Amino acid sequence: MTSVQVEIFLQTLIAGLLLGGLYALIGLGMTLIMGVMKIINLAHGELMMVAMYIAYWMFVLFRIDPYLSVLIATPLLFFLGIGIQKYLINPVLKAESILPENQVILTVGIGMVLANLATIFFKSDYRSTPVSYATSAFYLSDFWKTSPIELSLSIPWSVSFVIAVVITIGLSLFLGRTDMGRSIRGTAQDPDAALLMGVNVKRMRIVTFGIGSGLVGAAGCLFIPIYYLFPSLGGQFTLIAFVITILGGLGSTMGAIIGGLILGVFESMTATYVGMGWAPVGRFVVFVAALIFLPGGVASLLKRKRLAR
Amino acid sequence: MKQYLPITALVLLAALPLTGLSSYMMHILILVIMWSTIGMAWNLLGGYCGQVSFGHAAYFGVGAYTAGILYTKSGLSPWWGVPLSVFVVALFAFVLGFIVLRLRGPFFALATLASGEVMRVTAENWVDFTGGTLGIMIQERTWVEKIWYFYIVLAIAAVTFFLVKKLIESKLGYYFVAIREDQDAAESLGINTTLYKTLALCISGVLTGIAGAFYTNYMGYIDPHVAFALHDISIITIMIVMVGGVATYWGPFVGAIIMVLLAELIRSIPGLGVAYQTFFGILLIIIIIFLPNGIVGDYRKLKGLVGMGRTLS
Amino acid sequence: MSLLDVKNVSVHFGGLAAISNVSFEVRKGDIVGLIGPNGAGKTTMFNVINGFYNPTEGKVFFKDRKISGLKPHQICQMGVARTFQVVKPLQRMTVLDNVVASAFLRVTTRAQAEEIAVETTKFTGLHDDRDVISKGLPLGKRKKLEIARALATQPEMILLDESFAGLNPAELDESIEIIGKIKARGITIMIIEHHMKVIMAISDRIVVLSYGEKLAEGTPKEIGSNPAVVEAYLGEAEGA
Repeated sequence: MTSVQVEIFLQTLIAGLLLGGLYALIGLGMTLIMGVMKIINLAHGELMMVAMYIAYWMFVLFRIDPYLSVLIATPLLFFLGIGIQKYLINPVLKAESILPENQVILTVGIGMVLANLATIFFKSDYRSTPVSYATSAFYLSDFWKTSPIELSLSIPWSVSFVIAVVITIGLSLFLGRTDMGRSIRGTAQDPDAALLMGVNVKRMRIVTFGIGSGLVGAAGCLFIPIYYLFPSLGGQFTLIAFVITILGGLGSTMGAIIGGLILGVFESMTATYVGMGWAPVGRFVVFVAALIFLPGGVASLLKRKRLAR
Repeated sequence: MKQYLPITALVLLAALPLTGLSSYMMHILILVIMWSTIGMAWNLLGGYCGQVSFGHAAYFGVGAYTAGILYTKSGLSPWWGVPLSVFVVALFAFVLGFIVLRLRGPFFALATLASGEVMRVTAENWVDFTGGTLGIMIQERTWVEKIWYFYIVLAIAAVTFFLVKKLIESKLGYYFVAIREDQDAAESLGINTTLYKTLALCISGVLTGIAGAFYTNYMGYIDPHVAFALHDISIITIMIVMVGGVATYWGPFVGAIIMVLLAELIRSIPGLGVAYQTFFGILLIIIIIFLPNGIVGDYRKLKGLVGMGRTLS
Repeated sequence: MSLLDVKNVSVHFGGLAAISNVSFEVRKGDIVGLIGPNGAGKTTMFNVINGFYNPTEGKVFFKDRKISGLKPHQICQMGVARTFQVVKPLQRMTVLDNVVASAFLRVTTRAQAEEIAVETTKFTGLHDDRDVISKGLPLGKRKKLEIARALATQPEMILLDESFAGLNPAELDESIEIIGKIKARGITIMIIEHHMKVIMAISDRIVVLSYGEKLAEGTPKEIGSNPAVVEAYLGEAEGA
């Protein structure tokens, strides 16, 4: 392999991993919601879009860096999520109807409203937050003077990646070590048993939707420095979240992380070696393939390994 | 009395244009009838068989493009696309069904959503075959007046209505509903659920595809964004059936009337026009929460809500 | 003549063995009881016979043809019908329509299916309720509906999964009568039950499962006096 080929490959791989880390954060929110509440939220991407607009306006009006907006948007999205769950989704879960998929359709309606409101208020222009460090990067040659190949690590990408990792670790600790986290996991595994053990299942469900929304809100703030913003970008991110959730396994944080990285690398490779236009098709193919061939996701593979020991 | 309702409705509708309607009104009427057809087709698979498809645009688009590509590649009149689409869409639906029907419930819904989008992206990228984002334009307009288009689409809708009715009243109908109610129980009763789900999907797809092929001929222009639209076709289809009434014969027609009129109403108000998706979204949310079986399905509940029902329900 | 032949069937879920090396035969025309403590693997056994699970090891034969590995609808078409422990009515359909749906297995027109359905609802005592939406039925009638549906497929063998559970004494007597009538028609019956008195009274043979293994097999008299069975199972039930 020539050094140029190695360079392209490694650069694509790095880009894929960085992207994957961010994707994982988007997927985490959804896998949590789906795992705990068995709710399919087709408005997930629109929630991210809302957070991105919040970050955008914070930047434009108050010069607040998008990374700081994580601290603003996340709680706002948390409460928005709680509101949606409590006032819209819960009533539907109780209603008696022929089609069991009503809850999915409901979230479609919510997504439509959010996306359309954004179009009305903000117009469909593409927007971005041109932060001062948007084009800065770390270069391999800065550290390794005699390197045969050149690799660059874009600063906004890297910072987003690091913050995403921090949040993910924080979430894992929360789920694993705190009482509320354990209650949430219990509710995911067996709501009836959890109820019997004194867990306020109803509240856990609402909280989980809030956390899931908050997570995707944080992801939005981390995305806006490196991407651009328009009202209908929700759809593609909802799909990404799903692919990761299915790939990783419902409710599995580890699965979402691995799934995110896999998808990130896969997309990066597809973009470099096949062509940009076909990337959405690649996503869908992975999605349907995962649904059919690995319905339990990566998590089921991990579980199988553990049981086999 | 009730059994004469379909024929009466058909006669009334057929006579309607003879009262001298404007071109605009005819257009609305054609849209209503076309959407009724798509709604009835979706209802067969979704309302009766319980497989909720979020990607019916895929069949619509394949039908539409069958007519369009036939025209661009062979020069034949795109009207030949209507009968041809039956075979093309049937094959497409069969292959798609083979992949997605093994998934249950919400996962099936998601896979169909994905398939609609895959078709759209494919149509955008396969430029040599489909013309890409530029779309396909039919140069010759068959008729200037809308009345013949109306009668064609009315015929399509009538055939669809009676076909669906006959199917549901037959063994197939019982099997579809059994699958919807409890797939495992159905299997244990000797019902080959894979076979019947596939049948439902193919019939539903073909009927939708015919509507698509008609659309190409009527509008004279299609592109991937229009023919495979997620929100403007797939979601609208679901809305039409949900608003009108799932698993009812008349639900899709009622739903189509409401949705088309609502859309036109909103679009005609200056300033509010852009917001039609917000209204649709809110309407969808309200229907899901309060009238999940639609207007025809939840008729008694609706009467109660509006204050017209008996005091004791 | 042996109608159903279960040979060395084992079912493993992950690392757990739900059924281990179970073999038994069911003779044509018999009523065979399948008993055992909760979790013994009885419903799993039905799921294997019926086609919902593939046995990890072993085979199942019906009329000397291998049915293990076939799909449930194929097995039903061959003549094995079943009811579910947690009843599965086709909820939004009437009682009659439920039975019509299953009667369609052997006929093609609605008139023919309805004829079979009407006869079956009369046979099971559900005829008066035929237009009731099955969602609104009390448990006893739902259990009868399960049986009616299974019968409408005109099976040679019927698997009844806890059809007596939760019934009051009057309903119990009715159900036992129905079972008798089914046997009189020449249909072979295999029945999972916890009502020991009933099982002992109606069964020709009994198979006992415990922790996924076959503990014993024999006539009710033999089972009743088998010390291992008494210890594992009957002992608890006597007190209950």
